[in-house]
Amino acid sequence: MFSGFMNWVDARFPASKMWREHLSEYYAPKNFNFWYFFGSLALLVLVIQIVTGIFLTMNYKPDAALAFASVEYIMRDVPWGWLIRYMHSTGASAFFIVVYLHMFRGLIYGSYKQPRELVWLFGMLIYLVLMAEAFMGYLLPWGQMSYWGAQVIISLFGAIPFIGEQLALWIRGDFVVADATLNRFFAFHVIALPIVLLGLVVAHIIALHEVGSNNPDGVEIKKLKNKEGKPLDGIPFHPYYTVKDIVGVIVFLFIFSLVLFYMPEMGGWFLEHANFIPADPLKTPEHIAPVWYFTPFYAILRAVPSINASAFPGVVAMGLSIVFLFLLPWLDRSPVKSIRYRGPYFKIALTLFIISFLVLGFLGTQPATELYTLIAQISSVIYFAFFIFMPFYTKFDKDKPVPERVTS
Amino acid sequence: MKHLIFTVFLSLFSVQAMAAGGGVHLDHTDIDITDQASLQRGAKTFVNYCLSCHQAAYMRYNRMAKDLGLTDDQVKDNLMFASDKIGDTMTIAMRPEDAKKWFGVTPPDLSVIARSRGTDWLYTYLRTFYLDSSRPVGTNNLAFKDVGMPHVLWEQQGSNKGSRDRRINCSRKCTVINA
Repeated sequence: MFSGFMNWVDARFPASKMWREHLSEYYAPKNFNFWYFFGSLALLVLVIQIVTGIFLTMNYKPDAALAFASVEYIMRDVPWGWLIRYMHSTGASAFFIVVYLHMFRGLIYGSYKQPRELVWLFGMLIYLVLMAEAFMGYLLPWGQMSYWGAQVIISLFGAIPFIGEQLALWIRGDFVVADATLNRFFAFHVIALPIVLLGLVVAHIIALHEVGSNNPDGVEIKKLKNKEGKPLDGIPFHPYYTVKDIVGVIVFLFIFSLVLFYMPEMGGWFLEHANFIPADPLKTPEHIAPVWYFTPFYAILRAVPSINASAFPGVVAMGLSIVFLFLLPWLDRSPVKSIRYRGPYFKIALTLFIISFLVLGFLGTQPATELYTLIAQISSVIYFAFFIFMPFYTKFDKDKPVPERVTS
Repeated sequence: MKHLIFTVFLSLFSVQAMAAGGGVHLDHTDIDITDQASLQRGAKTFVNYCLSCHQAAYMRYNRMAKDLGLTDDQVKDNLMFASDKIGDTMTIAMRPEDAKKWFGVTPPDLSVIARSRGTDWLYTYLRTFYLDSSRPVGTNNLAFKDVGMPHVLWEQQGSNKGSRDRRINCSRKCTVINA
């Protein structure tokens, strides 16, 4: 009965073929570890965000006069609205947590290196769109931090010489962040960017499944195959890794629920205190800080001194801090992928890079005092040095021999 | 053990202190949101002393009834002075323009004030009004310097003559003096 039905479908749509190619006969290295949970978790959070987002849209009003009240309406009067809203707001931060861990995995095991350059590029594009998605979504509750955060970030475009002012005006649709801005951000947040995001996720996975997954040893499992042409060190993704990922999902949902039900504001990190004050264009908050996931880049922006009272150099530095990440596959000239077989130079460089990123992240949340600015400048230099000197220290590094096959 | 884990978990992430205090030391308060009797007394104080200048426009009376374990009739008979429909939001009659003329600033909506200011700040603010003849309303506040709001709870707390320099801890002591 079922096989008859599947025959009928398969003659018209490659359902069984896709199941085999991407799950039951997609051979993944058998030595995946803890760091390999976060790709599937990112997919889970994406689904959570889309589903809760749909339900939020049913009651949210993208109108400067109604937006703040409509969020509170969802929180109090819509049945289970508080749950949906907290899932969405907690999900936003969870998304960045899993994506940052996912990217960190790529860094330590060299997953961006040949032949996975496109997997990395699609992933970086996802990250970029995700940042835009989060930024525009943060305006929607129309609180003080929503408003002034958007005001600050959009005004950065104004720092671009010659066209800046016109560009910022074009983005806002008004001389200050206003109803027009809220409406267009809503359109981008709920339609344009999610579509792009989904497309990129599909491209990311197709590219990955074309070349095959990397692993903690950084050896290519496709090199050694058995008589049937299956990789010796590979196991089918389904059922082996679907089961493993379900364990990750359960642990993740434990932590997610803990935040969701007991500390949805996360002490002001996930939902900022100032965002419970309705947006007031006439009252600038004392201290404007972006949400935690943007703060490393915000710190870089502030660390670069302005020239002729223009923040343009800072804006360029902030842009470059992302651009360099895209270039990683071509900056790294080591023949070795995994950190397990890398020499000391890369290990030191990566450690300093991670520390500088975390320090910048902290500094971005703090008011810019003289000392903090100095530390931010030093950290920014380390951040960029990681990329700029990468071709040299990876080339001359004392890498260890890489084994033929994966270790356990 | 459960508590310990929670405390550690919380303290890890609550580093971002609220800057609303303006440098003043904030007294800590533990709000038990499961203590319904306490919440009901709070609602009584709120509708009697706050809900004539401030609104809580995102809160409905029947939502409050549900949250505080009261029946709609109990709320209607005891806690509703400003409107007569149980499904109404907690709004006031004073027009914002008038409020601005009289107090210098429109009193803010209080629906989510505890989330923006923090409970410690509110607890300190409400207990640190002191006499200050240089102010139009005759009082000033330690947590909120030169606040437009008069000392509304003076009948409950008594007036405090202490200056800004002296740390004031009023609530219990002054009520005793008053009685």
